[in-house]
Amino acid sequence: MEIDPFIFRLSIFILSIFVGYYVVWSVTPSLHTPLMSVTNAISSVIIVGAIIAALANNEGSIFNSSTLFGYLAITLAAVNIFGGFLVTQRMLAMYKKKKKDKK
Amino acid sequence: MISGNLSATFYLISGVLFILALRGLSSPETSRQGNFYGIIGMIIAISVTFLSVGNFSSGFVYVIIFLLAGGAIGAFIAFKIPMTAMPELVAGFHSLVGLAAVFVAISAFINPEAFNLGSPGNIKLASLIEMSIGAAVGAITFSGSIIAFLKLQGIMSGAPITFKGQHLLNALILISIIVLTYLLCVSQSSHLFWLLLFISFLIGFLLIIPIGGADMPVVISMLNSYSGWAAAGIGFTLENTALIITGALVGSSGAILSYIMCKGMNRSFFNVILGGFGVTEQSSKDQNKEQRPVKSGNADDAAFLMKNASSVIIVPGYGMAVAQAQHALREMVDTLKKNDIKVSYAIHPVAGRMPGHMNVLLAEANVPYDEVFELEEINNDFANADVAFVIGANDVTNPVAKTDPQSPIYGMPVLDVEKCKSVLFVKRSLSPGYAGIDNDLFYKENTLMLFADAKKMTEDITKNL
Repeated sequence: MEIDPFIFRLSIFILSIFVGYYVVWSVTPSLHTPLMSVTNAISSVIIVGAIIAALANNEGSIFNSSTLFGYLAITLAAVNIFGGFLVTQRMLAMYKKKKKDKK
Repeated sequence: MISGNLSATFYLISGVLFILALRGLSSPETSRQGNFYGIIGMIIAISVTFLSVGNFSSGFVYVIIFLLAGGAIGAFIAFKIPMTAMPELVAGFHSLVGLAAVFVAISAFINPEAFNLGSPGNIKLASLIEMSIGAAVGAITFSGSIIAFLKLQGIMSGAPITFKGQHLLNALILISIIVLTYLLCVSQSSHLFWLLLFISFLIGFLLIIPIGGADMPVVISMLNSYSGWAAAGIGFTLENTALIITGALVGSSGAILSYIMCKGMNRSFFNVILGGFGVTEQSSKDQNKEQRPVKSGNADDAAFLMKNASSVIIVPGYGMAVAQAQHALREMVDTLKKNDIKVSYAIHPVAGRMPGHMNVLLAEANVPYDEVFELEEINNDFANADVAFVIGANDVTNPVAKTDPQSPIYGMPVLDVEKCKSVLFVKRSLSPGYAGIDNDLFYKENTLMLFADAKKMTEDITKNL
């Protein structure tokens, strides 16, 4: 019997929710702000959809309405990817342990 | 061009790397490596997409240009943004994810062939449903985040905006979204698709305007969650594992944060979402407005008290962020430590405008993270501490939450600040906090009010130490 591939994707989805649930509960509360900025960055992996849309110029023209939305989405997602990862990096670099030599 | 199976495998790998990125955040030591995993995962996902489309024509050049243009803007913002503005930044970024999801859904709707979803007017039913969900949730995330951003930025008043029939209107709109999705699937009409997007934008806007400033931690977490579900919806449409995994991770992450924030306020999620905390309670607070005696002091008195203390607990709140007082505070603490006074920081879960807001600010001011404690960890220590220094916090220290069942914040977990031998409370005036209720702490025997700007007062105390 054939199983619809949708069911496989649904399984991945449901299992990922559980993974997310346990992983996020183990995040220390002091890092909740970096957690939000990094989840922001990774959810911008939606850029893969945008790239597919932008490169699918089947009529030969680069800027038809469908590809145009793709380019716009690429720009927005790129702001988020770079901004999200970099700002997380910047925040995490500030978390320091108690030092003997005071700064 | 690489095969579909190979690219799916790579997407799975980047999904796993994203899980590791979140896993790294379980402690500050591993967090930087976690972030690195996240970046690798993103690079893999993007490169694989290029390879699988295999179209390196002029379009490819444009993609790179747009990618770098967006990236440059993002990098610029990331380096320039002050840490106090982190809530606005995160809200702004959420809106971009939401809008990107909407745009991807639109182009998939206009040109379904590119995504293997059928032809215009004849899109596969499952894909159309997934697409509509992704687009609607994305649109809600976008407009909701814009409102949250405007409120946090102070461009829009942080006060809840409510009107008659608001909940009824919202309910009707939510129902119409479901009906429209159904009709859209039946008719495949593009008009319905645009209409669906429009009302989704509208409901995002309407859902957030009644929610007040101090409830923003819940709102931001909730929108974080939405942006994840939107991504997951699009992930199903594109049959992309990386996107599905990420969407699920982000969705559950935001949901957990919302839950933690609601618990920190002892309010149900629906109570926050339906909004209007400050407004509905307005009437009850005016009744006992009789003048009660308050002890107030100056920087000299505060310095004297602290100098004679052996342990001090600092309770920061949103006011510290507003006054940008974190660096001045750190200097004061350094001076205290030189005098062999033990100092720790107590952070309430909902202090500030987003989860973990205070921790980031203290980290920015070079406060070691092992001196910073969560509510449960430190609450018992107040009884043994000599001085509690409350800077910019209010409702989260109000003992009324433990004693007065009539109070709107009754049952909310609060810091037991009043158990300290003496309490120093930096505040500009006696005005009530966000919940609109008087803080009993102001009138306690052992409380000394320091009426001043948080930053200035902290600097003055340091001078007097």
